[in-house]
Amino acid sequence: MTTAPAPVPGRPARVRGPAQDVAGLGVARAVGFLAPALLLIGAFLVFPAIWTIYIGITNYRLTGVEAVSPSIVGLANYTKALNDALFHNALWLTVLFVLGSAIVGQNILGFALAWTMRRARPAVRRTVEGLVLLAWILPSTVVAYLWIAFFDRDTGTLNSILGTQGTAWLIDYPMVCLIVFNTWRGTAFSMMLYSSALQAVPPSQLESARMVGASGWQTLRDVVFPHIRGHVLTNTLLISLWTANDFSPFLLTKGGPNHESETVPVYIYNVALQGGELGYSSAISFLLLIANLLVALLYLRLLRRRS
Amino acid sequence: MTPAFVVRRIGFYVLICAITLFFAVPMLWIASAPFDKSPGLGVHWPDWTLDNVRKTLDHPYAMHSMVNSLLICVTTAVAVTAFAALASYALSRVRIPGRDALLYGLLLLSSVVTGTAAMVPIFVMMFQLGLIDSRFGVALVMTGGLLPAAIFILKDFVDAVPKSYEESARVFGASTLQILRDVVLPVARPGLATILVWAFVNSWGNFLVPFLLIRSIDKQPGAVLLQTFTDEGGSANLSVIPVFSLLFSIPVVVLYLLVNSRYGFRFHGGIKS
Repeated sequence: MTTAPAPVPGRPARVRGPAQDVAGLGVARAVGFLAPALLLIGAFLVFPAIWTIYIGITNYRLTGVEAVSPSIVGLANYTKALNDALFHNALWLTVLFVLGSAIVGQNILGFALAWTMRRARPAVRRTVEGLVLLAWILPSTVVAYLWIAFFDRDTGTLNSILGTQGTAWLIDYPMVCLIVFNTWRGTAFSMMLYSSALQAVPPSQLESARMVGASGWQTLRDVVFPHIRGHVLTNTLLISLWTANDFSPFLLTKGGPNHESETVPVYIYNVALQGGELGYSSAISFLLLIANLLVALLYLRLLRRRS
Repeated sequence: MTPAFVVRRIGFYVLICAITLFFAVPMLWIASAPFDKSPGLGVHWPDWTLDNVRKTLDHPYAMHSMVNSLLICVTTAVAVTAFAALASYALSRVRIPGRDALLYGLLLLSSVVTGTAAMVPIFVMMFQLGLIDSRFGVALVMTGGLLPAAIFILKDFVDAVPKSYEESARVFGASTLQILRDVVLPVARPGLATILVWAFVNSWGNFLVPFLLIRSIDKQPGAVLLQTFTDEGGSANLSVIPVFSLLFSIPVVVLYLLVNSRYGFRFHGGIKS
């Protein structure tokens, strides 16, 4: 659920394709083959998405374990969101989180690694890529604890490296910590994507750029970038989508201290299950769904154009 | 070798070292802290001990939660693979009315409806179905969430299976069932194995769904139990967390290496995200 992987980037979505029923399945049996998957998807993805809309216009509350029967309040939850300083705070923090860790952090580090490792010695390349991939493969709760330990005030490695004894990084600079954490964890995806994208840049063009004495930066801008522009866009959209929906800030800071790291997903959780305001949090969830939909449509459109 | 060139080279290597350190230093924690008498306390050569391992094995819920994780993730992975295999074969080979629209819809769904955006309705739904505190319920929710992407990845594999194999089986008079079982299934095995591992790894690391749906500590999977090690006394239990983190990571890393060596690792839009 939290892990909604998108289709293979850099490849066109193969929505159309020849269908040739050699095995003689027939439409009726094919529908039977589809039924279990569609049933589960319907029950646990489509239905919840639609139900969010309904709960979002009610005053559904959770008191204790028992839910009080809700009544419809129209758009009250949405007008509440407009004036909710904590929601505005969560939106701003999410934008900051996406900008810092996905658009700048993962993107730039991922590209830099793909670019430099391209001609590195195989042993160096394997080691560096292996490390970065391992960061991506480890379970997110483990990675969260690894960074909690790293940032710790009394026993943390960071204070020991920097000689800043007694700095409680997660309390003093929570957003910086989250951005570093997410950059570390997610860079592998951008690195792999850019590695394969760079293979599409014709070596002859790089060679001639070198012959005319272009600087590294000029080569990147005028030769490499035009070739990988589509990849940069798809990558940015995908990792932004994942980062904006990421729940792991909760593991590091629970949104604290004093809402300083409460991104939208954490805010939704805190409002719904700590505050019991299911109606209001559903309204916010619906806004997040709409934002996701817009980004996903943009992404699909890009894939289409490239195919 | 102009001086500028030398400076650039040096700068380049410094940068590479910095990036490598950035990725390596936190990783050293997971390698050394489990066997260190005083984990944390900055950079130091570990004071080797196996005490932490013993404490973790003795912990009343630690190993139990691994079994819970295993139960949930095996159920999820098998269900995802079985249902996605059936669906992707049907979608790949049979011209079902509205097929393209269905595929497009699935593609959208797989990225739009995330756990965080749907946590409230899922919680309410499972509450009303009486599936709160049920490991099976967690597996169901995870299966639903992983299926759209799984169908896509598998459909790519199935599309690549040559139809001529099925045709020749047909010529020799094989029935539909025989063709599926004896021709399609063996050829699609690498795809099925990939999906099985992909679904397992994804559900193994999933924190939100079990965190929302499971109340009692003896039913919690490892991803959630790790969190309770801190909450018990207010501060982190540093003798259990490192060992547990290491143990909890091993299956995922081993599976990744296995897929990588046997089938070659294809970076499917997020084998894990």
